[in-house]
Amino acid sequence: MDSGNNQLVKKTPKEQREILNAAMQAGHILLENGAEIFRVEETMDRICWHFDIESGSSFVLSNGIFTTAGSGREEIFAKVQHIPVGTTHLERVTAVNQLSREMIEKSLTLDEVKDRLDEIQVMPGKPNIHKILASGVGSACFCYLFGGNGTDSMATFFTGLILYWYVLYISKPHLSKLVGNIGGGALITILCAVFFQFGFGDHLNYMIIGAIMPLVPGVAFTNSIRDIVDGDYIAGSVRMLDALLVFFCIAMGVGLVYSVFQQITGGFLL
Amino acid sequence: MTLFFETLAAFIGTIAFSLIFGVPSKYYPYCGFIGGIGWLVYMLLLKGLTEPSAALAATIVVILLSRTFAVRKRCPVTIFLISGIFPLVPGAGVYWTAYYIVTGDMTRASQSGYLALKVAVAIVLGIVFVFELPQGFFRFAAKKINRPIRKGKTR
Repeated sequence: MDSGNNQLVKKTPKEQREILNAAMQAGHILLENGAEIFRVEETMDRICWHFDIESGSSFVLSNGIFTTAGSGREEIFAKVQHIPVGTTHLERVTAVNQLSREMIEKSLTLDEVKDRLDEIQVMPGKPNIHKILASGVGSACFCYLFGGNGTDSMATFFTGLILYWYVLYISKPHLSKLVGNIGGGALITILCAVFFQFGFGDHLNYMIIGAIMPLVPGVAFTNSIRDIVDGDYIAGSVRMLDALLVFFCIAMGVGLVYSVFQQITGGFLL
Repeated sequence: MTLFFETLAAFIGTIAFSLIFGVPSKYYPYCGFIGGIGWLVYMLLLKGLTEPSAALAATIVVILLSRTFAVRKRCPVTIFLISGIFPLVPGAGVYWTAYYIVTGDMTRASQSGYLALKVAVAIVLGIVFVFELPQGFFRFAAKKINRPIRKGKTR
Protein backbone atom coordinates (compact mmCIF):
# COMPACT_ATOMS: atom_id res chain seq x y z
CA MET A 1 0.00 0.00 0.00
CA ASP A 2 1.20 3.44 -0.92
CA SER A 3 1.45 5.56 2.20
CA GLY A 4 1.23 8.73 0.09
CA ASN A 5 -2.37 7.98 -0.77
CA ASN A 6 -4.51 9.50 1.95
CA GLN A 7 -7.36 7.07 1.21
CA LEU A 8 -5.37 4.10 2.28
CA VAL A 9 -3.85 5.33 5.53
CA LYS A 10 -4.60 2.58 7.95
CA LYS A 11 -6.74 3.58 10.89
CA THR A 12 -6.20 2.22 14.34
CA PRO A 13 -8.97 -0.01 15.68
CA LYS A 14 -9.81 2.68 18.24
CA GLU A 15 -10.34 5.28 15.55
CA GLN A 16 -12.50 2.91 13.58
CA ARG A 17 -14.63 2.18 16.59
CA GLU A 18 -15.11 5.88 17.22
CA ILE A 19 -16.15 6.51 13.63
CA LEU A 20 -18.69 3.73 13.75
CA ASN A 21 -19.95 4.94 17.10
CA ALA A 22 -20.43 8.42 15.66
CA ALA A 23 -22.35 6.93 12.73
CA MET A 24 -24.46 4.99 15.18
CA GLN A 25 -25.18 8.09 17.22
CA ALA A 26 -26.26 10.02 14.12
CA GLY A 27 -28.53 7.14 13.13
CA HIS A 28 -29.94 6.98 16.64
CA ILE A 29 -30.84 10.67 16.67
CA LEU A 30 -32.45 10.48 13.24
CA LEU A 31 -34.49 7.37 13.90
CA GLU A 32 -35.65 8.47 17.32
CA ASN A 33 -36.91 11.81 16.12
CA GLY A 34 -38.97 10.74 13.16
CA ALA A 35 -36.72 10.41 10.10
CA GLU A 36 -37.34 7.90 7.33
CA ILE A 37 -35.32 4.65 7.28
CA PHE A 38 -33.56 5.50 4.05
CA ARG A 39 -32.30 8.80 5.50
CA VAL A 40 -30.91 6.99 8.55
CA GLU A 41 -29.08 4.43 6.42
CA GLU A 42 -27.76 7.01 4.01
CA THR A 43 -26.46 9.30 6.73
CA MET A 44 -24.70 6.44 8.49
CA ASP A 45 -23.11 5.31 5.23
CA ARG A 46 -21.99 8.85 4.50
CA ILE A 47 -20.25 9.16 7.85
CA CYS A 48 -18.49 5.82 7.32
CA TRP A 49 -17.41 6.74 3.82
CA HIS A 50 -16.32 10.22 4.75
CA PHE A 51 -13.94 8.82 7.34
CA ASP A 52 -12.74 6.06 5.00
CA ILE A 53 -14.40 3.05 6.50
CA GLU A 54 -15.24 1.00 3.48
CA SER A 55 -16.68 -2.12 5.01
CA GLY A 56 -19.29 -0.42 7.18
CA SER A 57 -22.83 -1.55 6.65
CA SER A 58 -25.97 -0.95 8.59
CA PHE A 59 -29.43 -2.42 8.79
CA VAL A 60 -32.15 -0.20 10.19
CA LEU A 61 -35.55 -1.21 11.50
CA SER A 62 -38.22 1.03 12.89
CA ASN A 63 -36.89 0.62 16.43
CA GLY A 64 -33.35 -0.66 16.12
CA ILE A 65 -30.08 -0.23 14.28
CA PHE A 66 -27.55 -2.96 13.49
CA THR A 67 -24.11 -1.87 12.34
CA THR A 68 -21.17 -3.99 11.43
CA ALA A 69 -17.81 -3.44 9.84
CA GLY A 70 -14.84 -5.64 9.19
CA SER A 71 -12.76 -6.87 6.32
CA GLY A 72 -9.27 -8.12 5.75
CA ARG A 73 -7.99 -4.59 6.16
CA GLU A 74 -10.35 -3.23 8.78
CA GLU A 75 -11.13 -4.13 12.33
CA ILE A 76 -14.24 -6.15 13.04
CA PHE A 77 -16.94 -4.08 14.68
CA ALA A 78 -20.54 -4.89 15.48
CA LYS A 79 -23.15 -3.03 17.44
CA VAL A 80 -26.87 -3.35 17.93
CA GLN A 81 -28.90 -0.58 19.42
CA HIS A 82 -32.52 -0.66 20.42
CA ILE A 83 -34.20 2.68 19.87
CA PRO A 84 -37.60 3.17 21.43
CA VAL A 85 -39.94 5.33 19.39
CA GLY A 86 -39.65 8.81 20.83
CA THR A 87 -41.56 11.99 20.23
CA THR A 88 -41.16 13.50 16.81
CA HIS A 89 -38.66 16.32 16.89
CA LEU A 90 -37.94 17.35 13.34
CA GLU A 91 -35.52 20.08 14.35
CA ARG A 92 -32.99 17.41 15.32
CA VAL A 93 -33.52 15.58 12.03
CA THR A 94 -32.86 18.82 10.18
CA ALA A 95 -29.75 19.49 12.26
CA VAL A 96 -28.23 16.05 11.59
CA ASN A 97 -29.04 16.46 7.91
CA GLN A 98 -27.28 19.82 7.90
CA LEU A 99 -24.32 18.31 9.73
CA SER A 100 -23.97 15.50 7.21
CA ARG A 101 -23.92 18.08 4.40
CA GLU A 102 -21.35 20.27 6.12
CA MET A 103 -19.23 17.28 7.04
CA ILE A 104 -18.61 16.61 3.35
CA GLU A 105 -18.52 20.20 2.10
CA LYS A 106 -16.20 21.51 4.81
CA SER A 107 -14.39 18.23 5.56
CA LEU A 108 -15.14 18.29 9.28
CA THR A 109 -12.95 16.16 11.53
CA LEU A 110 -14.29 13.29 13.57
CA ASP A 111 -14.11 15.26 16.81
CA GLU A 112 -16.07 18.13 15.31
CA VAL A 113 -18.74 15.76 14.09
CA LYS A 114 -18.95 14.06 17.49
CA ASP A 115 -19.26 17.39 19.31
CA ARG A 116 -22.01 18.53 16.96
CA LEU A 117 -23.87 15.23 17.42
CA ASP A 118 -23.69 15.59 21.20
CA GLU A 119 -25.09 19.10 20.90
CA ILE A 120 -27.91 17.94 18.67
CA GLN A 121 -28.80 15.10 20.99
CA VAL A 122 -29.59 17.50 23.84
CA MET A 123 -31.12 20.21 21.66
CA PRO A 124 -34.09 21.46 23.64
CA GLY A 125 -37.55 21.00 22.21
CA LYS A 126 -40.23 23.63 22.24
CA PRO A 127 -41.44 24.44 25.77
CA ASN A 128 -44.46 22.44 26.79
CA ILE A 129 -46.60 25.53 27.19
CA HIS A 130 -46.02 26.41 23.52
CA LYS A 131 -47.01 22.91 22.49
CA ILE A 132 -50.18 23.10 24.57
CA LEU A 133 -51.11 26.47 23.05
CA ALA A 134 -50.31 25.18 19.56
CA SER A 135 -52.55 22.19 20.15
CA GLY A 136 -55.38 24.52 21.15
CA VAL A 137 -54.92 26.80 18.15
CA GLY A 138 -54.52 23.87 15.76
CA SER A 139 -57.65 22.15 17.06
CA ALA A 140 -59.66 25.37 16.75
CA CYS A 141 -58.45 25.91 13.17
CA PHE A 142 -59.28 22.38 12.11
CA CYS A 143 -62.68 22.57 13.79
CA TYR A 144 -63.40 25.62 11.63
CA LEU A 145 -62.03 23.86 8.52
CA PHE A 146 -64.31 20.88 8.93
CA GLY A 147 -67.44 23.02 9.27
CA GLY A 148 -67.62 24.45 12.79
CA ASN A 149 -68.47 28.08 13.53
CA GLY A 150 -66.72 30.60 15.79
CA THR A 151 -68.22 29.35 19.06
CA ASP A 152 -67.37 25.75 18.19
CA SER A 153 -63.79 26.79 17.51
CA MET A 154 -63.54 28.57 20.86
CA ALA A 155 -64.77 25.48 22.69
CA THR A 156 -62.38 23.31 20.67
CA PHE A 157 -59.53 25.64 21.56
CA PHE A 158 -60.04 24.90 25.26
CA THR A 159 -60.49 21.19 24.58
CA GLY A 160 -57.23 21.20 22.62
CA LEU A 161 -55.40 22.84 25.53
CA ILE A 162 -56.67 20.31 28.07
CA LEU A 163 -56.05 17.41 25.68
CA TYR A 164 -52.41 18.28 25.16
CA TRP A 165 -51.88 18.81 28.86
CA TYR A 166 -53.18 15.26 29.24
CA VAL A 167 -50.91 14.00 26.45
CA LEU A 168 -47.77 15.60 27.90
CA TYR A 169 -48.26 14.93 31.60
CA ILE A 170 -50.41 11.80 31.83
CA SER A 171 -50.54 9.85 28.59
CA LYS A 172 -46.90 9.98 27.44
CA PRO A 173 -45.11 9.37 30.75
CA HIS A 174 -47.53 6.95 32.38
CA LEU A 175 -49.76 5.18 29.87
CA SER A 176 -49.16 2.75 27.03
CA LYS A 177 -49.82 4.02 23.55
CA LEU A 178 -53.09 2.16 23.16
CA VAL A 179 -54.60 3.13 26.49
CA GLY A 180 -53.27 6.65 26.16
CA ASN A 181 -55.04 7.17 22.85
CA ILE A 182 -58.28 5.55 23.95
CA GLY A 183 -58.15 7.87 26.97
CA GLY A 184 -57.41 10.85 24.72
CA GLY A 185 -60.38 10.12 22.48
CA ALA A 186 -62.60 9.65 25.53
CA LEU A 187 -61.37 12.84 27.19
CA ILE A 188 -62.10 14.88 24.05
CA THR A 189 -65.59 13.49 23.77
CA ILE A 190 -66.39 14.13 27.42
CA LEU A 191 -65.06 17.69 27.32
CA CYS A 192 -66.82 18.54 24.07
CA ALA A 193 -70.07 16.99 25.30
CA VAL A 194 -69.88 19.02 28.52
CA PHE A 195 -69.20 22.26 26.62
CA PHE A 196 -72.01 21.38 24.24
CA GLN A 197 -74.45 20.74 27.07
CA PHE A 198 -73.75 24.15 28.56
CA GLY A 199 -74.43 25.77 25.22
CA PHE A 200 -70.76 26.52 24.52
CA GLY A 201 -70.57 25.30 20.93
CA ASP A 202 -73.30 24.44 18.47
CA HIS A 203 -72.01 21.40 16.56
CA LEU A 204 -70.73 18.61 18.77
CA ASN A 205 -69.43 16.60 15.80
CA TYR A 206 -67.23 19.32 14.37
CA MET A 207 -65.90 20.16 17.81
CA ILE A 208 -64.79 16.57 18.35
CA ILE A 209 -63.29 16.28 14.85
CA GLY A 210 -61.20 19.39 15.43
CA ALA A 211 -60.06 18.31 18.87
CA ILE A 212 -59.02 14.85 17.60
CA MET A 213 -56.44 16.31 15.23
CA PRO A 214 -53.54 16.59 17.72
CA LEU A 215 -53.84 12.84 18.34
CA VAL A 216 -53.97 11.83 14.68
CA PRO A 217 -50.74 9.94 13.82
CA GLY A 218 -49.76 12.01 10.79
CA VAL A 219 -46.03 11.38 11.19
CA ALA A 220 -46.31 7.60 11.52
CA PHE A 221 -48.73 7.44 8.59
CA THR A 222 -46.63 9.57 6.23
CA ASN A 223 -43.33 7.94 7.20
CA SER A 224 -44.73 4.44 6.82
CA ILE A 225 -45.76 5.16 3.25
CA ARG A 226 -42.38 6.68 2.46
CA ASP A 227 -40.62 3.66 3.95
CA ILE A 228 -42.72 1.21 1.95
CA VAL A 229 -42.08 3.19 -1.24
CA ASP A 230 -38.35 3.03 -0.53
CA GLY A 231 -38.60 -0.74 -0.13
CA ASP A 232 -38.16 -0.82 3.66
CA TYR A 233 -41.16 -3.07 4.10
CA ILE A 234 -40.56 -4.21 7.65
CA ALA A 235 -40.12 -0.74 9.11
CA GLY A 236 -42.90 0.58 6.90
CA SER A 237 -45.42 -2.01 7.95
CA VAL A 238 -44.56 -1.59 11.63
CA ARG A 239 -45.12 2.13 11.37
CA MET A 240 -48.31 1.61 9.36
CA LEU A 241 -49.59 -0.75 12.05
CA ASP A 242 -48.71 1.89 14.61
CA ALA A 243 -50.69 4.55 12.72
CA LEU A 244 -53.70 2.30 12.18
CA LEU A 245 -53.76 1.25 15.83
CA VAL A 246 -53.70 4.85 16.97
CA PHE A 247 -56.52 5.74 14.57
CA PHE A 248 -58.47 2.76 15.85
CA CYS A 249 -57.87 3.64 19.51
CA ILE A 250 -59.01 7.24 19.06
CA ALA A 251 -62.19 5.96 17.43
CA MET A 252 -62.60 3.48 20.31
CA GLY A 253 -62.28 6.23 22.90
CA VAL A 254 -64.83 8.44 21.16
CA GLY A 255 -67.20 5.53 20.59
CA LEU A 256 -66.91 4.32 24.18
CA VAL A 257 -67.94 7.64 25.67
CA TYR A 258 -70.73 8.05 23.14
CA SER A 259 -72.21 4.68 24.05
CA VAL A 260 -71.97 5.42 27.76
CA PHE A 261 -73.74 8.74 27.29
CA GLN A 262 -76.35 7.04 25.20
CA GLN A 263 -76.95 4.42 27.89
CA ILE A 264 -77.25 6.97 30.67
CA THR A 265 -79.32 9.60 28.96
CA GLY A 266 -81.27 7.67 26.37
CA GLY A 267 -79.52 9.41 23.52
CA PHE A 268 -79.99 13.09 24.22
CA LEU A 269 -76.62 13.87 22.72
CA LEU A 270 -77.00 12.01 19.51
CA MET B 1 -64.90 34.54 1.27
CA THR B 2 -65.41 31.40 3.32
CA LEU B 3 -62.75 29.79 1.19
CA PHE B 4 -60.33 32.56 2.13
CA PHE B 5 -60.96 32.08 5.85
CA GLU B 6 -60.68 28.33 5.49
CA THR B 7 -57.35 28.65 3.73
CA LEU B 8 -56.23 30.99 6.49
CA ALA B 9 -57.37 28.46 9.11
CA ALA B 10 -55.46 25.70 7.29
CA PHE B 11 -52.40 27.99 7.21
CA ILE B 12 -52.50 28.67 10.96
CA GLY B 13 -53.51 25.10 11.85
CA THR B 14 -50.61 23.67 9.88
CA ILE B 15 -48.17 26.00 11.61
CA ALA B 16 -49.58 24.97 15.00
CA PHE B 17 -48.97 21.31 14.20
CA SER B 18 -45.50 21.93 12.82
CA LEU B 19 -44.68 23.49 16.20
CA ILE B 20 -45.84 20.31 17.93
CA PHE B 21 -43.63 18.21 15.62
CA GLY B 22 -40.63 20.42 16.42
CA VAL B 23 -40.09 21.93 12.98
CA PRO B 24 -37.46 24.71 13.22
CA SER B 25 -39.32 28.02 13.48
CA LYS B 26 -37.75 29.55 10.36
CA TYR B 27 -39.69 27.03 8.26
CA TYR B 28 -43.14 27.78 9.74
CA PRO B 29 -44.27 30.09 6.90
CA TYR B 30 -43.42 27.45 4.30
CA CYS B 31 -45.26 24.70 6.21
CA GLY B 32 -48.26 26.98 6.62
CA PHE B 33 -48.19 27.94 2.95
CA ILE B 34 -48.12 24.29 1.86
CA GLY B 35 -50.96 23.37 4.23
CA GLY B 36 -53.06 26.32 3.07
CA ILE B 37 -52.51 25.65 -0.64
CA GLY B 38 -53.23 21.94 -0.14
CA TRP B 39 -56.57 22.74 1.47
CA LEU B 40 -57.41 25.38 -1.16
CA VAL B 41 -56.80 22.91 -3.99
CA TYR B 42 -58.79 20.24 -2.16
CA MET B 43 -61.80 22.51 -1.61
CA LEU B 44 -61.76 23.91 -5.16
CA LEU B 45 -61.59 20.45 -6.71
CA LEU B 46 -64.28 19.12 -4.38
CA LYS B 47 -66.80 21.21 -6.32
CA GLY B 48 -66.41 18.96 -9.33
CA LEU B 49 -64.66 15.79 -8.14
CA THR B 50 -65.19 13.08 -5.52
CA GLU B 51 -63.31 13.31 -2.23
CA PRO B 52 -60.63 10.71 -3.07
CA SER B 53 -59.79 12.36 -6.41
CA ALA B 54 -59.62 15.80 -4.80
CA ALA B 55 -57.42 14.39 -2.04
CA LEU B 56 -55.14 12.78 -4.65
CA ALA B 57 -54.73 16.05 -6.56
CA ALA B 58 -54.20 18.05 -3.37
CA THR B 59 -51.60 15.53 -2.13
CA ILE B 60 -49.72 15.80 -5.42
CA VAL B 61 -49.65 19.60 -5.11
CA VAL B 62 -48.55 19.39 -1.47
CA ILE B 63 -45.69 17.01 -2.24
CA LEU B 64 -44.51 18.88 -5.32
CA LEU B 65 -44.34 22.03 -3.19
CA SER B 66 -42.65 20.18 -0.31
CA ARG B 67 -39.96 18.76 -2.53
CA THR B 68 -39.41 22.12 -4.19
CA PHE B 69 -38.99 23.87 -0.84
CA ALA B 70 -36.79 21.04 0.43
CA VAL B 71 -34.36 21.52 -2.45
CA ARG B 72 -34.59 25.29 -2.16
CA LYS B 73 -33.96 25.35 1.59
CA ARG B 74 -31.63 22.31 1.59
CA CYS B 75 -33.40 20.47 4.38
CA PRO B 76 -35.26 17.15 4.75
CA VAL B 77 -38.53 17.04 2.86
CA THR B 78 -40.17 15.43 5.90
CA ILE B 79 -40.60 18.71 7.73
CA PHE B 80 -42.76 20.21 4.97
CA LEU B 81 -44.47 17.01 3.97
CA ILE B 82 -45.73 15.92 7.38
CA SER B 83 -47.13 19.32 8.28
CA GLY B 84 -48.54 20.04 4.84
CA ILE B 85 -50.36 16.74 4.51
CA PHE B 86 -52.08 17.13 7.87
CA PRO B 87 -55.25 18.90 6.68
CA LEU B 88 -55.83 16.09 4.16
CA VAL B 89 -55.45 13.08 6.49
CA PRO B 90 -58.98 11.69 6.95
CA GLY B 91 -59.34 12.26 10.69
CA ALA B 92 -62.94 13.36 10.15
CA GLY B 93 -63.75 10.17 8.25
CA VAL B 94 -62.51 8.06 11.13
CA TYR B 95 -64.66 10.07 13.52
CA TRP B 96 -67.83 9.71 11.44
CA THR B 97 -67.25 5.96 11.15
CA ALA B 98 -67.01 5.61 14.93
CA TYR B 99 -70.03 7.86 15.36
CA TYR B 100 -72.25 5.88 13.01
CA ILE B 101 -71.13 2.55 14.48
CA VAL B 102 -72.14 3.74 17.94
CA THR B 103 -75.47 5.13 16.76
CA GLY B 104 -76.13 1.79 15.07
CA ASP B 105 -76.31 3.16 11.54
CA MET B 106 -74.23 0.45 9.87
CA THR B 107 -74.94 1.57 6.31
CA ARG B 108 -73.54 5.02 6.85
CA ALA B 109 -70.75 3.65 9.05
CA SER B 110 -69.48 1.44 6.27
CA GLN B 111 -69.94 4.26 3.77
CA SER B 112 -67.84 6.71 5.73
CA GLY B 113 -65.30 4.08 6.72
CA TYR B 114 -64.90 3.09 3.09
CA LEU B 115 -64.59 6.75 2.08
CA ALA B 116 -61.90 7.38 4.72
CA LEU B 117 -60.02 4.35 3.39
CA LYS B 118 -60.29 5.61 -0.18
CA VAL B 119 -58.99 9.04 0.82
CA ALA B 120 -56.08 7.38 2.65
CA VAL B 121 -55.27 5.30 -0.44
CA ALA B 122 -55.45 8.44 -2.59
CA ILE B 123 -52.93 10.15 -0.31
CA VAL B 124 -50.69 7.06 -0.50
CA LEU B 125 -50.87 7.09 -4.31
CA GLY B 126 -50.07 10.80 -4.39
CA ILE B 127 -47.00 10.28 -2.22
CA VAL B 128 -45.86 7.28 -4.27
CA PHE B 129 -46.22 9.04 -7.62
CA VAL B 130 -44.49 12.27 -6.74
CA PHE B 131 -41.59 10.57 -4.97
CA GLU B 132 -40.92 8.61 -8.14
CA LEU B 133 -39.90 11.86 -9.86
CA PRO B 134 -36.12 12.07 -9.99
CA GLN B 135 -34.40 14.60 -7.75
CA GLY B 136 -33.05 16.40 -10.81
CA PHE B 137 -36.59 17.44 -11.67
CA PHE B 138 -36.50 19.80 -8.72
CA ARG B 139 -33.10 21.27 -9.48
CA PHE B 140 -34.72 24.42 -10.85
CA ALA B 141 -35.55 25.33 -7.26
CA ALA B 142 -31.99 25.09 -6.03
CA LYS B 143 -30.22 28.28 -5.09
CA LYS B 144 -27.48 29.16 -7.50
CA ILE B 145 -24.32 28.12 -5.72
CA ASN B 146 -20.97 27.04 -7.06
CA ARG B 147 -21.65 23.32 -7.09
CA PRO B 148 -24.66 21.30 -8.13
CA ILE B 149 -26.96 19.88 -5.47
CA ARG B 150 -25.93 16.42 -4.41
CA LYS B 151 -28.33 13.72 -5.32
CA GLY B 152 -30.44 11.98 -2.74
CA LYS B 153 -29.99 13.88 0.49
CA THR B 154 -32.69 16.45 -0.03
CA ARG B 155 -35.38 13.86 -0.58
